[in-house]
Amino acid sequence: MDKDTAIKIVDLYKNFGSQNVLNGINLEIKHGEITVIIGKSGGGKSVLMKHLISLLKPDMGEIWIDGVDITKLKERELNEVRKKFGMLFQEAALFDSMNVIDNVAFPLREHTKLPEKEIIRLAEEKLKNVGLSGFGYKMPSELSGGMKKRVGLARALINDPDIILFDEPTSALDPIISLTILDLIKETQERFKKTYVIISHDILGMFRIAHKVAMLYNGKIIEYGTPENVKKSENEEVKEFLKATGIPGFVGGVL
Amino acid sequence: MINLFSLDRIYHPATSVLRQLGGMALMFFSSIFYAFRRPWKLNYIFKQMEFIGVKSLGVVLITGTFTGMVLAIQTYYGFRKFGAEGLVGATVALSMTRELGPVLTSLMVTGRAGSAIAAELGTMRVTEQIDALIVMALNPIKYLVTPRVIASFFMLPVLTIISDFVGIVGGWLVGVKLLGINEGAFINKMIKYVDLEDIYDGLIKSACFGIILSVVACYKGFYTAGGAEGVGRSTTESVVIASVSILVADYILTSLMF
Repeated sequence: MDKDTAIKIVDLYKNFGSQNVLNGINLEIKHGEITVIIGKSGGGKSVLMKHLISLLKPDMGEIWIDGVDITKLKERELNEVRKKFGMLFQEAALFDSMNVIDNVAFPLREHTKLPEKEIIRLAEEKLKNVGLSGFGYKMPSELSGGMKKRVGLARALINDPDIILFDEPTSALDPIISLTILDLIKETQERFKKTYVIISHDILGMFRIAHKVAMLYNGKIIEYGTPENVKKSENEEVKEFLKATGIPGFVGGVL
Repeated sequence: MINLFSLDRIYHPATSVLRQLGGMALMFFSSIFYAFRRPWKLNYIFKQMEFIGVKSLGVVLITGTFTGMVLAIQTYYGFRKFGAEGLVGATVALSMTRELGPVLTSLMVTGRAGSAIAAELGTMRVTEQIDALIVMALNPIKYLVTPRVIASFFMLPVLTIISDFVGIVGGWLVGVKLLGINEGAFINKMIKYVDLEDIYDGLIKSACFGIILSVVACYKGFYTAGGAEGVGRSTTESVVIASVSILVADYILTSLMF
């Protein structure tokens, strides 16, 4: 495995009943970059992401993270690998029973022996980073969708993970909030230089922040490269997908 | 890659029942396993004890009292026919401690706390909160199931003994104060015919029912699929399955004990 490769996926297959969702995925995700995986809704993007953190087990194939094939690990060893990850879920997945600050502080409370004061200070700092200082004592049910995602981002970042996964970070948000989330993702990535993996079908937004774009189609990665290269792709499926966005400057789009 | 021996391949109601029973047994054993692994989550257990135990107190008090009262009326009119009104106290106490205390308490807790557990874990499942725990390298069985099973195991006997007590008090109120049974006979026969063993056995039963209701509710909630509708289905199924299982287990335990 290459030194600057954070995640290497080799021949990954996954079926649900008779449905082939992942059909031989091969992909290398580089350290310190934002890699965006685009593709149709229901095309297996979330399934692929769940494999990266072993929420799902593949039928066949390997996933190498820092030189370890995580598909072969036992639960306890997996948990050591998972500590390197943070994840922002589609609906943020904040714990309803806890207020915002406890949600953000939760990973620290469970995995470190830091004094309570320090934990609260760090959690408040992360909340400030996502523009939500002063919201610590609200319950998740009192927050809007965009705020929840920002709290989710603060929680994903609190342990300083090496790899952060984003499941549709801008879906179901208005354009302005989407932009704020995208800026936050870009800003935090530039500041901490961690590996970000994003799945999304928000083409315009994602091409703005991505270092690399991979297109998932029929359970395979059919295109991978910088946004500029992917925009000019000669692949028919990629062309069709990007054309559908109707965005000026994209292959097949309005010029 | 078709595994011929996998039960997933055989869509038959009987295998579904077997699979669920197996799943519940596995969940129970892993929850016990994680109970002995550090770090111990005592605050989680106390929180569940409050929810399952303390907050069920009102409904248990009302159910227990009225059951004791109605038992006293029913047995009074039966026993009066052959002049055995004095046995009303013993009958109420025996029925409450051996049978009605544990069973009715467990059924009420199933309706109140079991349904809430299934709905809460079901919502956590469909909103990916359980996945979030796993991603944070935390074991959801240890955090969500173990505290609920332990809390039910300890709180059900406590609630049962309270139910036994208020049931007997209810029986005494109706029998002695309302229907005029001789108080001495009422109390003496009760002391004579009710052994400590009757109370113990009832408490053992209720601890078993506590495990049943919590494991069924956690299992149904934990494996919820299908959004809000799925949460509703899991909640209903957990109450029905737990209630029926408690009644079946009651027969088995009673025939073994008495």
